[in-house]
Parts: sequence; C-alpha cells; structure tokens
Amino acid sequence: MSDITLSVKGLRKVIGKRVIIKDLSFELKRGEVFGFLGPNGAGKTTTIRMLVGLIKPTAGSIHICGLDISKQFTRAMRHLGCIVENPELYPFLSGMDNLRHFAVMLSGTGQERIDEVVRLVGMQERVNDKVSTYSLGMRQRLGIAQAMLGRPDVLILDEPTNGLDPSGIREMRAFIRFLAEEEGLTVLVSSHLLHEIQLMCDRVAIISKGEIVRVDSVQALLSREERLVWRLMPYESGKSILSNRTPILNEEEETVTTVYSEREAGEWNRELVEAGVRVLEMNRKLPALEDLFLELTGGESID
Amino acid sequence: MINLVQNEMMKLIGKRRFLIISVIIIVLLSMFTYAQARHAETTRERLGSVDWRTELQQQIVDWQNRLSSAGQWREHLQIQIQQSQYYLDHGVNPSEPGAPTFIRGFVENSAELFLPLLVMIIAVDLVSSERSMGTIKLLLTRPVSRFCILLSKYIALVLSVSLVLFIFGLLSYVISAMMFGSQGWSAPVLTGFSVQGGELDISGVRLVSQWQYILQQFGLAWFISMVVGTLSFMLSILMRSSAAGMGTMLACLIAGAILSSMVSSWDSAKYLFMVNLGLMDYVSGTAPPIEGMTLGFSLAVLAAWMIGALAVSFAVFMRKDIY
Repeated sequence: MSDITLSVKGLRKVIGKRVIIKDLSFELKRGEVFGFLGPNGAGKTTTIRMLVGLIKPTAGSIHICGLDISKQFTRAMRHLGCIVENPELYPFLSGMDNLRHFAVMLSGTGQERIDEVVRLVGMQERVNDKVSTYSLGMRQRLGIAQAMLGRPDVLILDEPTNGLDPSGIREMRAFIRFLAEEEGLTVLVSSHLLHEIQLMCDRVAIISKGEIVRVDSVQALLSREERLVWRLMPYESGKSILSNRTPILNEEEETVTTVYSEREAGEWNRELVEAGVRVLEMNRKLPALEDLFLELTGGESID
Repeated sequence: MINLVQNEMMKLIGKRRFLIISVIIIVLLSMFTYAQARHAETTRERLGSVDWRTELQQQIVDWQNRLSSAGQWREHLQIQIQQSQYYLDHGVNPSEPGAPTFIRGFVENSAELFLPLLVMIIAVDLVSSERSMGTIKLLLTRPVSRFCILLSKYIALVLSVSLVLFIFGLLSYVISAMMFGSQGWSAPVLTGFSVQGGELDISGVRLVSQWQYILQQFGLAWFISMVVGTLSFMLSILMRSSAAGMGTMLACLIAGAILSSMVSSWDSAKYLFMVNLGLMDYVSGTAPPIEGMTLGFSLAVLAAWMIGALAVSFAVFMRKDIY
C-alpha cells in the first residue's frame, strides 16, 4: 500500500451560483497529523463533509486508501473514522449501546473491539451510563472511541479539543500524536485554535474563502516568516533609511517590523548607526501561526 | 440488514416511543370503556323491568310483519331478523355489548385519525430526529450505503406500525373484557353494502362472524396506518423539523375529514389520499364521500400515494447533502 492515505484532487463545490470550494488539492501521508486552518465560512467544514461523504462534490475526486469515495463509498468508508463537528451520539442510549449501534454497521467489529476502544479512551467506568449524563469531555472521548471502532487508517476530527478543559486538551493532543506516531494513522484535524494546530500538527493547510492559501509543514511556515522588530530614535529618519533597504511590513507604537535576514540584518544596523540613528531595540520574532494566518487570510477574523 | 433494523428498533425503544403510545391508548381506552359502561347502565335503567328478550322478540315479530310490504328492503330486513334471532338464541343482549363489539366500534372510529396519529408519533421523526440530533453524520459516514440505512428505517417503521396495531388490539381487548366480559366473538355482523347511483345496494349484504369482521377491520386499519406512516416518513426526510412534519401531516388528516363531507361534487378530489382514508365506511355501509368510489378504488389510490412517497423518500435521501 502506498504511503498516501487520503488524496484530494481538484475538489470543487458550487451551491447555486456561489463557488464554496475552489479546486482544493492535497495529499495526506501515513502517520502524519494534518491541520486544517481557516476562518469560519472559509469552507473547512464543507470540505470535511465532502471528505466523509456527507456532501457530494460538484467536481474533483477524493480517494481514501486509493478508493474513490464517489464510486466505492462503502469500501472507502471502511478505512475512515470521523467526528464531524460535535460528537453527536444518542443521548437516550448508554455509551455502550451507542458503540454497539455503530459497531453493528462495521462488519467484523465485535464486543472485544468495543471494550478495547473504551479502554483506549479511558471510559470504562461510565460507559454503561446514559450519554445524556455525560460531560462534553466524556462525549468527546466517546466520539473518538466511536471513530476508532473500525480500526481506521484515516481519522478526521473536526475541532477535537472543543469543549475540553486544559488537561483534557493536553490529553487529547498527546492521544492524537500517539495515534499518528505509534499506530501510523493519518489524522486530519481542523481547529479554530491556531495554537492547537501549531502544537499538534506536522503540516498545515491554510484555507480562506474556499481556497488553500498555503500547505506547508508547521516548521517551515514558522521559520520562513521570521520578523525583526526595530525600535529606533529618531523614529522617522530611521524608518526611511530602513525602508530604502527592505520593505516595512508593519509599524506600530514607534516600532518598525521588517523581515529577518541573517545575512543583511547586521548591515542594516550598521547603516542606521552610521546615519546617527540610535537602535534602541532589535528583536527577532518567531511569529505564532496566528500572525501568519491573519496575514495570509488578509486579516479575516478567525471566529 | 437485520442488524440495522435491530438498531432502529433499539433507538425507538430507547426513545420510549412504544411506552408513550401504550400510555395514550390505555388512557383513552379507559375513558371510552367507562363512557360505554355508563351508557349501557342508563339504557338498562330507562328500560327498567322490561326484559330485553321480550323486547327483541317483539322487534322480530314487527319486522316479520313488514316483510311482505318491504319491496326491495326485503332482503335487508331478513338479514336483520337473522341477526336479532342470533342474539336471542345465544342469550346476548345487543345493547349490552361484550369486548368484541366494543373493539369493533373502537377500531372503526380510531382508524381514520387516532391510529394514524399514533403511527405519526413514530414515523414523523424517524429521519428528522437524526438530523436534529446530528447523529445522521455518524450514520451516513459508516461503510453502509444510504439506501440500506433508509431501507432499515422503513422496515423498522413497518414493524412499528404492526406492533402499534398489536398493542392497540391487545389493550383494547384486555381493558374492555374487564369491563364487559368477552362474549360475542361469533356474533353476526352485517357487511357487504355498496352504494350505486345514490342508492344503497344491499344485494351483496351478508352476515359474517364478528371476529372475521374485526380481523378485516384490523387489516384495513393497518393499511391506513401504513399509508399515513409512509407519508410521514417522507415528510421526515423532506423537512428538517419534526414539528413541521407533524403539523403538515395533521393538517392533511384533518383536511381529509372535513373534505370528505363536502367534496361530493368535486369529482377529481377522489384522487387525494386524505379523502380515501375512510376505508372503514365501505365495510360498515356508509356512503363514500364521492360517488363511484369503491373499496378497491380507494385501496389503489392509497397504494399509489404510498409508492410515490417511498420513491420520493429514497430519491431525496440518497442524493441529499447533509449540512
């Protein structure tokens, strides 16, 4: 089996005359955690719903483990586990009955596997209680258990840390890393918490207005966009000297931001000093994904 | 497939649907049996010391005297005499009914509105509740085709309708037998009326045992419930909210009841499903709302609506985008 577990080509969705999703393409490999990042309304959820077969794409193809979901739906779904938005389960049934309900729909999934996933998410004690008595965190875990039932190769989680307390979030993050690293799953995670994605993912796709703005590894994205923040005295003349050498990216509260360049930074500094400008502060800034994100999406709000 | 149907039944039981329905039936039945018992009591008081046998005997004699001058009603009278003679011979007081007579009346009156209502409780949110709970997203991302999922739901509906009918029959027997005793299963009942050219045609009238009649009634009630259930099932797919589906279906049923009494000159109304729900009237001998409607015609119209609703259900469900 090839290393590519999920491949999306030219995915497009048109509703009425509005193009919701414009030609998305990406590929996910075995054992990686892939983040899906974008403001609300960017098409994250629509894309995820197309990936799991809830929405039919207008054009393009989706392959899970080499199986086309529009042609071999049931076989493709065998390799997929997912939670779309909240983990909605039947509140009037117990956790165990919920799992049995979904296990029935996956051939060859017996009580043994149910017990196994219950242990995996640490729900042994409450699994026989009704879901309506669960906290959101427990529902989230039960949702994961449900998604893991069929031993999927690809796990798609929409907002997996939504509603969890800080320790729950840390556990979930560790759990997702564990699944990818130890079990070799491909995990696709969407989140509006950029911080989460930064901590948990190997690669990120930034999506805005139905288009992928950029796909790259988290490391590459972050290092490429390193900044240098200058505090200068006098401010105006210092700024004009700098702007002759490199574009000014940002200006606020008497500071100027330029790109960081290891080769040239010293040169710029020397020039400023020679012109009689005092450099009060030179601050190399590793930007959070958040800054990058805001910049790439043109300042669209995330929530 | 069997597993999927089991899943659906488990969810219906988990939602306590059958419990609610049973409670509704029990409450209503108790009220009706009580009313009926009171009615029988006052009748007895009114008649006072007069023995019902003497009275019935007198009635029969009356009818026999009219036989010669009855003309076309002759046969009808003969059948009525036969019926009364049965009551006399078997010592059954016709105005003091047993459980079977009560069940017969109860089914006849509930088949058009009450039973469909009970079925709607189940059918109307079979799909829309999955949507409103969001569980449809889990259901449709399993390695099972949408066709199988919907089919399992429909089979569950058929089973539920049968179960509701069974609960209904069982409860009405148990409760009314406690009140009235269970005599009269083989009492003769008139059936086979038909209306031709505005006149009651009694040439086909015959006597059947009460249990046969009740069995036939339950068959028709089951069919009516299936039609209403299937249409509700379709609405449950087309509409996001169970309340909207329930409202629409209820409006149709009530419109049917009203229309039936005023559409006699609107001929094409006979193709509307709600005008055709009065299947019980054909066996009991009430004139149909529009001339020319027969039991066979109504059954065919209802079956057509049912098949249409099923086709729409599957076509929509299999293509629908789930947001």
